[in-house]
This record gives sequence, C-alpha cells and structure tokens, in this order.
Amino acid sequence: MSAVSTAEQSTYQAETKFGRFTDFVDQRVGGSGILKEFGRKVFPDHWSFMFGEVALYSFVILLMTGTFLTFFFDPSMAETHYHGSYSPLYNVEMSVAYNSSLNISFEVRGGLFMRQVHHWAALLFVASVSVHMLRVFFTGAFRKPRELNWVVGGVLIILAMAAGFTGYSLPDDLLSGNGLRIIDGVIKSIPVIGTWISFFLFGGEFPGTAIIGRLYVLHILLVPALILLMVAVHLFMVVVHKHTQYPGPGRNDRNVVGYPLGPVYAAKAGGFFFIVFGVIALMAGFFTINPIWNYGPYDPSPVSAGTQPDWYIGWVDGALRLMPGVIGAVDGYRQHFEFIIFGHVLTLNVLLPALVPAGIVFTVLFTYPWIERWITKDDREHHVLDRPRNAPTRTAIGVAGFIFYCVMWAAASSDLIATHFKVSLNDVTYWLRALFFIGPVLGFIVAKRVALALQRKDREIALHGRETGRIVRLPHGEFIEVHAPLNDYKRYRLVSFESPKPLPAQPNSHGVVDRKERRRAKFSTWFFEDRVAPITPAELEAAHAHGHHGEVESGEETKSLSH
Amino acid sequence: MKALSLKRRHPLAAIALLLLGLLFTGGLYAAASTANQAKADTQSYSASDVAEGKKLFVANCSTCHGMGASGTQAGPSLVGVGAAAVDFQVGTGRMPMQMDGPQAQVKPAQFNEEQTHQLAAYVASLAPGPSVPDAHITDGQGDAAKGGELFRVNCAMCHNAAAAGGALTRGKYAPSLHGVSSAHIYEAMVTGPQNMPVFSDANISPESKRDIITFLKTIESNPSPGGAELGSLGPVSEGLFVWTAGLAVIIGFTIWLTSRSS
Repeated sequence: MSAVSTAEQSTYQAETKFGRFTDFVDQRVGGSGILKEFGRKVFPDHWSFMFGEVALYSFVILLMTGTFLTFFFDPSMAETHYHGSYSPLYNVEMSVAYNSSLNISFEVRGGLFMRQVHHWAALLFVASVSVHMLRVFFTGAFRKPRELNWVVGGVLIILAMAAGFTGYSLPDDLLSGNGLRIIDGVIKSIPVIGTWISFFLFGGEFPGTAIIGRLYVLHILLVPALILLMVAVHLFMVVVHKHTQYPGPGRNDRNVVGYPLGPVYAAKAGGFFFIVFGVIALMAGFFTINPIWNYGPYDPSPVSAGTQPDWYIGWVDGALRLMPGVIGAVDGYRQHFEFIIFGHVLTLNVLLPALVPAGIVFTVLFTYPWIERWITKDDREHHVLDRPRNAPTRTAIGVAGFIFYCVMWAAASSDLIATHFKVSLNDVTYWLRALFFIGPVLGFIVAKRVALALQRKDREIALHGRETGRIVRLPHGEFIEVHAPLNDYKRYRLVSFESPKPLPAQPNSHGVVDRKERRRAKFSTWFFEDRVAPITPAELEAAHAHGHHGEVESGEETKSLSH
Repeated sequence: MKALSLKRRHPLAAIALLLLGLLFTGGLYAAASTANQAKADTQSYSASDVAEGKKLFVANCSTCHGMGASGTQAGPSLVGVGAAAVDFQVGTGRMPMQMDGPQAQVKPAQFNEEQTHQLAAYVASLAPGPSVPDAHITDGQGDAAKGGELFRVNCAMCHNAAAAGGALTRGKYAPSLHGVSSAHIYEAMVTGPQNMPVFSDANISPESKRDIITFLKTIESNPSPGGAELGSLGPVSEGLFVWTAGLAVIIGFTIWLTSRSS
C-alpha cells in the first residue's frame, strides 16, 4: 500500500512560473487526465463531417449575440408612439416590443449589426443542422450504435425550429404577427380543445397582450436551455461512440483513422469557429435580414404580399398553401373540407396540411433506424459509413423524403415563383399539388437507378481501370481506348462495400415462419433485390489476366502513381 | 290637394312615400357631398391639343377602343376615364398594349410627353374624369409616417410592405413601385388600372394620397440601413441566400480545412 501512495505523490517540479501555476491547478483539478483522454480522441477528416460543427458554432454565436439583444429588447405589448430616428414610422402607434426592436436597429450602437448577426446565424444554424442530418442519413451513420443519437438530433432540429419561430415572433412587426396569426389558426383548427389552447396561449382572443412576453421567456430561457442539454447529450454520445469514417484502406468497424483532437483538431476546430463567425459577420454586415422597419407595427388587418416564415418553417406554410379549400362540386354545391359536428367546426383544410405532412416527416425520421434494422435484421455495430450509392434503397427513400419536403418548401414561395418566372400563381399551385404526390415516387425511382448506375460504373472502373480518353491504333488496325488501372488505395474504395442479398423469412424459436416475418421478408426483397455485387478477388484476377493491352497499361500506371 | 289626400290610404302610398324619402335624403347627400362628384378637368387643354390627340387616337388606339373611344370587343370604352388614365397607361408604356395577356405590361413609352398630353386632352374632352395631378400632390412633402400606415392598410397586401410587388391570381401581378413616378402612382390610385381597385377621393383623400406618395418616395430614396436589400422580398430571399451563398462559402472552407497536401 505504501508503495502505491508514494507513487501517487508527484515529484515533478515545474521549471517556469507558468508551469508551476498550471501544475498547481492540475494537481487539484486533474485537468491533464481529461486532456489526455480527450486530446487523443481521433477524428477522421472529411468536409461532410463538419456541418455539426457549423451548427454548434452558429449556436454559440446565437447565444452571444442574443445576450446582447436582451440588454435592449423589451417584450411588452403596451402601446407607445415611436419617436426614434426612422422617419417613415415617426409618431406611429406601436407596441413597446416593436419600438425597442426599432431602437436596437437605429439607436443602439452596433445594434442593427448584432440583430443581423443573430438572424443570419439562426438561419445558418438550422440549415447546417439540416445538412448534417442529411449527411448522417445518406451515409447510414444512424445505424447501431448511434440510433439514439439520431433521435437526439431529431429532437434538436425540432428545438431549433422552435427557437427560430419564437424569435421570429418577438419584434412584433407586421410579418411576425402574420406568422403568429397562422399558428393561431392552426391551433384553433384542432378539434374540441383548439380554441381553449389558443385562448390559454394568447391569454384571451388573438393577439392579446401576453404573447410576446411568453414567447420571449420560451425564446431566451426554455428553448436554448433544452438545446444546450441536447447538444451536451449529443456530444457525449459522439465521444462514447467515437466518430464514424468513410470506407478506405485500413479502416474498419473497430478503429478510427484520422487526426487526434490535440493539437491538430483543436487548432482546426478553433480556427473554424472564427471562420464561421467571420462568414456570418460578413453576411450581417453587407446583407439586410428581416428589415422590420419595412413591415411596420403589427395590426391584425393588413397582410403584406410576400409574407413568408423563415425558411425552416416554410414547408409547413407551403403545405397550408397547397391544400385546396374546396374539393370539387356536388350537384352544383361546392364541397368544403369543413364539417360541423355537434356544433364543433372541424376544418380539415387547415388541420390536415398543418399536421399530417409534418407528422409523416417526423414519424419516419424518428423511427427510420428501427425500420431499417427490422427489415435488414442487421444487428451489428457500424462505424464505417456507406457511400450513398452503395445503399441504393436507403438513398432512394432519403431522396423521396427530401423531395416531399422540398415540394412543400417551394410551395411556401409560390407567389414569388409566379412573379419571378412570370407564370400563373394558380399553375404553380397545381403543379406543386401534383408533385406533392408524384415527386417522391419519381425521386425514389430515379435516385435508386442513379445509385445502381453509379455502382456499375464503380465496378467497371475497378475491373478495367479508368478511361484515359487516349485512342490507340494497334498494328493490325484495331482501335482501342487505353484504360489506366487504379492503384490499390483507390480500388479499395470501390470494392470494399457490402451488398446484402434479400433475407428470406426466417423461422422463429418455435420453428414457425409467422406472418410478420413473411412481411419482413417481402420488405427485405424490396430493399435488396436490385443490387450490384461487389467485385470478388477472383473477378479482379480474371479481368487483369485477359488484359491483352498490358504494356500500354503499365505505362499509364506509373503515371497515375506519380501524382 | 284633395285628390292627393284621398289617395293617402292607397296600397302603394307607403311605397311611394319611401321612394320619396330615399330620393330626398339621397339627393341631399349628393348635393352636400362633393366626394363622389366627377371632377371637371382642372387642367386646361387647348382645342389644338384635342384635335391632335384625336388624330393620334384614331391612328393608334381606335382599333381596340373604337372610333370615338366608345369601346369594342377588344377594349373598353374610354369615355369618362379622364386624362389621368391616359397619362398613366400611355406614359408607362402599358398602352398601346404589346400583347394580349393577363394584364398590360410596362414597356418603353411609345409616345413622347407632348403626344401623351394630346391624347389625354382628347380623352378628357369626351367626358369629365380624373385629371392629371397638380404639382402639390406629387411634391413628396407630405407625412411619410401617415402615408406608410395608409400604404400598409390599403396597398401592401398586393404591392408588398416594401412596395416590391407581389403575385395575383392567374398570372396577374401587382408591380413593384420602385422607380414609378409620383404622378403615375397618383393616377393609378384614382383610375385603378389593370386589376387595381379605384381609390376614390372619398376612400383616400388627395392629401392622404400625397402622404402615400411621400412614403413611397422616402423608402425609395433611402437605401436599407442593413446593407443589400436582397430584393426586399422577405424571408424567401433570405433563406435562398443562406442556402446558396452562405452555405457554399462554408462548404468551401470545410473542403479547404480537410484537404491534404498531396
């Protein structure tokens, strides 16, 4: 025992003053242990892995600029008259909240810049979260053991949308009030309890005098706290699971190939924070965002043309725009999607578009890891990612979902599409309504075919090499195109993937193939029946053996290796 | 008198009385209020202007609007539209119309100022109608804040709160008001061209119209304090910008950061 305790006594004597200081801290806090553990975390290098970082940095910028804005913003809906320096609003009656937003923009030094940094960072935050999610989906990074982290990511994007929407509503300008009115309408369309919820939320009939203060509390306290919590859980799980990596020589499910956090990634990530900050600051410095002075104070009667939510709520707004209010006519009477049942109005023309598409998107998003796991019966851990083309059906499902989202997203700007492309607004709506149903199906088919075609191209290149574009005439008159074979590293990427065959229905522990299992087998067939098998070593051998233009090839090979 | 009093219990007496009452109050209102009165053209046009205008009209407009501007299947009657309508439609190049479509579009004006003036003189001579505004209305010295309020309540739903324009149904649209002259803005309000409603003097007084023009000219001459306006189209252009320019720059940096020197 005594030997151990003496070993624990540090005999290290720092030479410099700074060294003694850090040693003092280290002996009491134990920072070097943490640094040793984290500093050795290895992260693989790929540009597509950095969107999560962009989101995190945008969020940090949001917290900093948001704190600044809270110093000057007053979330009161009391009425006042504007006496600031923006003359087109001088002496106009408005809420204190809008007045303080205008004062931030025109009277507070640097206030407009901070507001614009905050808003651009918010748009970039949700955009980078979305791109990060797309990357994770299309590379299969949500598979075991990361299913729960995928769910945390899904919660994060909902929270990001909530943070964005509550913030969008705070300035109490015409645009934000119109947005709130739509939310109020959607809430009121919920059967039976809708009106009660609306009155509870707004403290009486819309717009009331309470909503801005309430949204403010949500925006600066509850939602950011939840985001921070979820970000902590998200990052903790990244540390536990370690980072995924793209397939490559020497990479497998038991290792991570890349650079350590310290010093390489610490420097890169630290620098990248300032790059993101710089890009956002440049956007905020040179490009107007949310010019609240254009919109005027909120007043329930006017609705400006071109009233849209921020981009991340656009798809829900688009769904509302796509929904027909009238479904044809029966005996000359227009049939509305609105029914009165026991004195309660059921307005399906609001309820359906507001809840159903979002319900579909988020249900599929949250359950997808388990859906795929059930179909494939794949219970192994995956740390090496799929290239999207090597999982054609998953890629196709992702593209179908993406198009479903994008059609609604486009519908939110249907009026601007009409004016800028000089087409009829009605035609834009009709086309988008058709695409709402047809688009995902077409997207699925096309994406799957493209993925399979790319796999075949990979197969060709792995077997016969890269087409050089050089045409050579042989002595007996035949023309051939010279193919340059790949080096081993490049070829590895093209051949090292799994292409599972459909898994037939398996008997359960009683030796019975039950109905659910037969259904799963059908899905498995659907998922895996179209496949391009990876090249076997024997095939590669055969392809090279029949290469009768070996001499030409060898010359090319040295060239391709030399760069 | 006796004959009248004998018929006072006639079944139609009540109706006759009601009609008389309506006629009386309506007449009194019309006499007292000048709001809806078709104003005689205050601007004076010489006889030669009218004569020259008629020649231009016959040569260029009568195919659709008919001889004497009384209208045909292809174009409406112009009797009573006033000089303001001519100055707006011809002055902005909308008329003569380039092609059939959901609405007449702006193009370089076909007639010079003098010819437009002559055409206006001719049309104004047919019947009284709204006239070209005087310099006071279009001087841009009204109350911009009041004009802004009126603009948001009356105009923004089609023209956008920043007057950047917006879509209407079936290919029609409310154009952007940037670069539109003060006189043309006023004339559009009083004549209601294309799909625009008429904002009569009872609806928005001439002084209020002056305020609206002042507001539009104020926001036009003051660039956005926040930098480039991205078309003043609201969140759509902002979202498009962050997804294209913003994210493209960020992706450029990520590729740079993760590239290896080879």
